[in-house]
Amino acid sequence: MRFMLLIKANEDSEAGVMPSEELLSEMGKFNQSLIDAGVMLAGDGLQASSKGARVYFSGDERKVTDGPFTETKELVAGFWIIEAKSLDEAIEWTKRVPNPTGEEGQIEIRQVFEESDFQ
Amino acid sequence: MTPSSDTSRAIDAVWRIESARLIAGLTRIVRDVGLAEELAQDALVAALEQWPESGVPDNPGAWLMATARNRAIDLVRRDAMRQRKHEELGRELETQPDTASDPSAAAEDEVGDDLLGLVFMTCHPVLSTEARAALTLRLVGGLTTAEIARAFLVPEPTVGQRISRAKRTLSEARVPFEVPAGPELRDRLPSVLEVVYLIFNEGYAATAGDDWMRPALCQDALRLGRILAGLMPREPEVHGLVALMEIQASRTRARTGPRGEAVLLFDQDRARWDQLLIRRGLTALARAELLSGALGPYTLQAAIAACHARARTPEDTDWERIVALYDALAQLTPSPVIELNRAVALSMADGPAAGLELVDQLTGEPSLRAYHLLPSVRGDLLAKLGRTNEARAEFERAAGLTGNRRERELLLRRAAACTN
Repeated sequence: MRFMLLIKANEDSEAGVMPSEELLSEMGKFNQSLIDAGVMLAGDGLQASSKGARVYFSGDERKVTDGPFTETKELVAGFWIIEAKSLDEAIEWTKRVPNPTGEEGQIEIRQVFEESDFQ
Repeated sequence: MTPSSDTSRAIDAVWRIESARLIAGLTRIVRDVGLAEELAQDALVAALEQWPESGVPDNPGAWLMATARNRAIDLVRRDAMRQRKHEELGRELETQPDTASDPSAAAEDEVGDDLLGLVFMTCHPVLSTEARAALTLRLVGGLTTAEIARAFLVPEPTVGQRISRAKRTLSEARVPFEVPAGPELRDRLPSVLEVVYLIFNEGYAATAGDDWMRPALCQDALRLGRILAGLMPREPEVHGLVALMEIQASRTRARTGPRGEAVLLFDQDRARWDQLLIRRGLTALARAELLSGALGPYTLQAAIAACHARARTPEDTDWERIVALYDALAQLTPSPVIELNRAVALSMADGPAAGLELVDQLTGEPSLRAYHLLPSVRGDLLAKLGRTNEARAEFERAAGLTGNRRERELLLRRAAACTN
């Protein structure tokens, strides 16, 4: 099963503050542990919402709004896609994401639709 | 405090993540995979008893390892092992760093070596391929006996016995726990890669309606392959095998039609090919090609698969390149099946007559006498040349030769479509 791990944003990520040496190093090791276990499928950081935009849909209407957006805690700052046997395994991997500063944060886990789900 | 059912699911997940390295590290200490697995499972039992109360520890892998090592010490003290092993074990325990108190002491290199040592043991050529597959899935893949049985459509007791017997064989043959190097690695690597590919093919052969553990074997094989690529990053054929599996797996969604029927490569809806896996496959292939002098068989097969993966439509396929790759493959691992595939590629590059000429040379091949793809390919080429009666006869012959219901239906449909 595939799971997407969505790192929620914080003030620093929205302000475009670069991660500390320590965080980069720990994240690097964590990414390597996913690769070593054969479960990493994809992963990337997302730039601050100030560099992004939203497209609003209603019928045929399309309305574009430029970032930044205000609800920081709900924004996505990065993601992984991993292969795991169960949600529990995805949770276990997620718990291992480093948090050297000890700050508050949230990572949301969502299961990716696969062909068999549509049958 | 987490409720106990949540904890036991968390423990299950921890086991899947940690068990291979745990068993590998213990095998280094006790030099016997059977005993190592027992010790690991004893540690798991302890976790199931203690973690519901104390919570899952911050470093569950280190906790399990420390617990298992303590159990090993208990066994030594109770003199449950023969004198020789007692001394060996005593020596090992004295010189092992205490990883529980200082996790960083277990250098990643050592852990990697242990895991590689375990893989070369579970894939040792003294075991049959089925035994190697079962043992590897169990000790390295973290699957239960029941899961392996469901995946291979074999009764659970049979798998259980296969695994026990395999452990005994390794013990009696005194297979050493070590990572082969240099020419020995080159000799032993194929027996590892063939196990991984066997597991993949078992999953790839699964059809709609099968137990979901069967197609899941493709993911297990991919995971094992990727782990090996991380452990042996300079071995091109490991990357070649991973590339081949990633690209083949990318077609899973397109291979079955709405009524569960088989869909041939040429007819597949390429929009349903998984681009994530294709990208990963092409990356792995590039790594393999960079590391290779001459390309090995898995890398060649991956390169052929990549030609298809890169083509937006069948007409865009670089058939000349595929013919050249089959030429190289035929020189490395000559076989009538490869010749047949080469003939198909040649027919796409140079026209059906050119392909038919090659195929006709194969009709006398004894090993292909019962191979349904020979008349199937011949029928396809004859149909393209307008020789419809001959084509129909070939498709009907092919339908009679295949044991797979969906393939038979496909071939009979093709036969029926041959009208003047």
